[in-house]
Amino acid sequence: MSADLPTPSSARPLPAGPSCGSCALNNVANLKKLGVDPGDCDAVVALAGNPNTGKSTVFNALTGLRQHVGNWAGTTVSRAEGAFGYDDRAFKVVDLPGTYSLLSTSADEDVARNFLLFGDPDVTVVVVDATRLERNLNLVLQVLQITDRVVVALNLMDEARRHHIEIDLRHLTRELGVPVVPMVARRGEGVPEVLAQISKTASGNRPARPCRHQRLPPAVKRAIDELAGHLVAEFPGLINARWVALRLLEGDPGTERAVRDGSLGDLALQQAIRIAS
Amino acid sequence: MSTEAVLDAAARLRGTLPEDFGDSVVATIYEDADRIAQRSVTSEQGGYRPAFDQLLDRALTHRIWGFVVMGALFYAVFWFTITGAAWPSDLLYSLLVDNGHDWIREGFVAVGAPWWLTGLLVDGMYLGTAWVLAVMLPPMAIFFPLFTLLEDFGYLPRVAFNLDRLYARAGAHGKQSLTMMMGFGCNAAGVTATRIIDSPRERLIAIITNNFSVCNGRWPTLILMGTIFIGAAAPPGLAGLLASASVVLVAVLGIVTTLVVSWALSRTVLRGETSVYSLELPPYRAPQFWRTIYTSLIDRTYKVLKRALIMAAPAGAVIWLLGNISVGGASLAGHLVSGLEPTGWLLGLNGVILLAYLVAIPANEIVIPTILMLTLTLGPLAASGGAAGVMLDLPDAQVGSVLIDVGGWTLLTAINLMLFSMLHNPCSTTVLTIWRETRSLRWTTVATLLPLALACLVTATTAAAWRAF
Repeated sequence: MSADLPTPSSARPLPAGPSCGSCALNNVANLKKLGVDPGDCDAVVALAGNPNTGKSTVFNALTGLRQHVGNWAGTTVSRAEGAFGYDDRAFKVVDLPGTYSLLSTSADEDVARNFLLFGDPDVTVVVVDATRLERNLNLVLQVLQITDRVVVALNLMDEARRHHIEIDLRHLTRELGVPVVPMVARRGEGVPEVLAQISKTASGNRPARPCRHQRLPPAVKRAIDELAGHLVAEFPGLINARWVALRLLEGDPGTERAVRDGSLGDLALQQAIRIAS
Repeated sequence: MSTEAVLDAAARLRGTLPEDFGDSVVATIYEDADRIAQRSVTSEQGGYRPAFDQLLDRALTHRIWGFVVMGALFYAVFWFTITGAAWPSDLLYSLLVDNGHDWIREGFVAVGAPWWLTGLLVDGMYLGTAWVLAVMLPPMAIFFPLFTLLEDFGYLPRVAFNLDRLYARAGAHGKQSLTMMMGFGCNAAGVTATRIIDSPRERLIAIITNNFSVCNGRWPTLILMGTIFIGAAAPPGLAGLLASASVVLVAVLGIVTTLVVSWALSRTVLRGETSVYSLELPPYRAPQFWRTIYTSLIDRTYKVLKRALIMAAPAGAVIWLLGNISVGGASLAGHLVSGLEPTGWLLGLNGVILLAYLVAIPANEIVIPTILMLTLTLGPLAASGGAAGVMLDLPDAQVGSVLIDVGGWTLLTAINLMLFSMLHNPCSTTVLTIWRETRSLRWTTVATLLPLALACLVTATTAAAWRAF
């Protein structure tokens, strides 16, 4: 199965039998589960997604860790870190709390939002519940506004089948402009494909597509550009300044507080240090 | 340009834009998501759910049957835990406490270690640790996997769904039922879990009341009291059932207390609107049985036990020292106990229990061993017991007779100890977690002292009522 081409919806992902994992032809054989110790990592992978889509299950499948997974929204409330090696490179994986939107307000969702926006991950894997695609796509689209280094892991494909839901992967991939990998994470199905896509994305070895910019009225666009300029002048090193600018224009109290008490400046500073080192 | 100037610029630019532009920005994302989903998903009958899931949901979230099933399931979990843990607990007990302690003690004596070293290390630290291991490991190894299986299956959000109406009426957030259930494992974990609640007001309510979920450090106290005082009052065949029932009753009282205190807080110091939220009912998933057992043992049982053991060793040493350092003809423990005795009597408890709770501030797990040791050392029949400050090594049946004969315990003492255990202040780890989550000295103090005050009020009332009739 070629990892480049998305599998058409008619062809279900081949179930990986227990013997496949040890077969040299399987690219899982290149996977080295490193547990919590990344050493010097070459790339940082963020795991994002709506609550209860199986982020922690994917995390465990990649790192060999046993982060607690539960069948309810809110199992993970702080970020967990792990690592794996693949194709002779070390990857650090950050498992984030579930969030419906980057505009959310609860403390666990703040953890996820801050990391996605200001942690500058090399690859963002958005884990999506295949049975609730429409609602999950809101987050995917929001993430795509800030980065195009995204892999969409279409998890819970077994449940989608049980619910007689068919997804046209080719169409979905074309619409989103990033790889979409069908998965059944708790049985390990789709893990090799996700690994291949993460690796490709991290090394920039993927046809680059322009980042999806939101369709905005020209007046809003101009206001954002001007305000983003002020923000970068005030907080050198701030990434995603346009996103912050949009929040400020909307009068989001959380963002205003972050500007006022300097926590936004701290986030920018951490970023500047990271780039310098 | 200063940060204020940035905010001013934002305000100025906002004035140039249409008022509802923010909504339209969000709306375009929803439109896109809708369009893409429409075109890539085909499903039969527009959203089909397996009949089994629908049937199960109708039963488990039914107005009446939902609660019946909930009660039956939790009762079953505790019954399994109590009866299943009895035999392995006895085995560990005889291995580590009865025999292991003697062997190690003889070894120390044989190599000529000074009496105080043997006392501190073997009679204090080792015995404390061994006691906690024997008493806690078996129930934890049964309780956590059972609980995790229910969680994996997708049952917990259904419980939240059932309890939602009650929480709404108490002015609290419906998700508080989830954090409350986390508290049944560990209050510190429950307090951290309150991050899923958006509103600061409702999150504070959830943090303050999490203490009333009986954590695993307190289960052993309840189980032991239920077994030797309440179960023993029933005919032998029903003892296990009645003991589990008394434990479940205290746990349910904890839930009632949570609701009542939430209600009181939301009517007084934490007034405000109840938030509307959407609770997702996840699909039922067949738990991966062996993996669940394995991860819950590694993840929860091991972590909890490790903490208990780390706390038990120094506590054992403190108890031994208190029992062996004499000032003015009596041990330190003796002075402290007689000082606390009047307050203890008022609460329907005694000085020994209160001192045990002081020693057990870092970990509730060691309350019972401390009580036994102090009772035997200080009681009128101290001569028949062991050396001073030695944690008692007795099987359950004898524990009862020691407490009754030597300590002068009555059914009131047992009942009030169960109530006090459920209500009293959180352990030091939880207090620290509350501070980390709230960053407020005021709320940390409230969350610590409010339960303690409530515990004293309730036990003093039951004691007064008991003595009046």
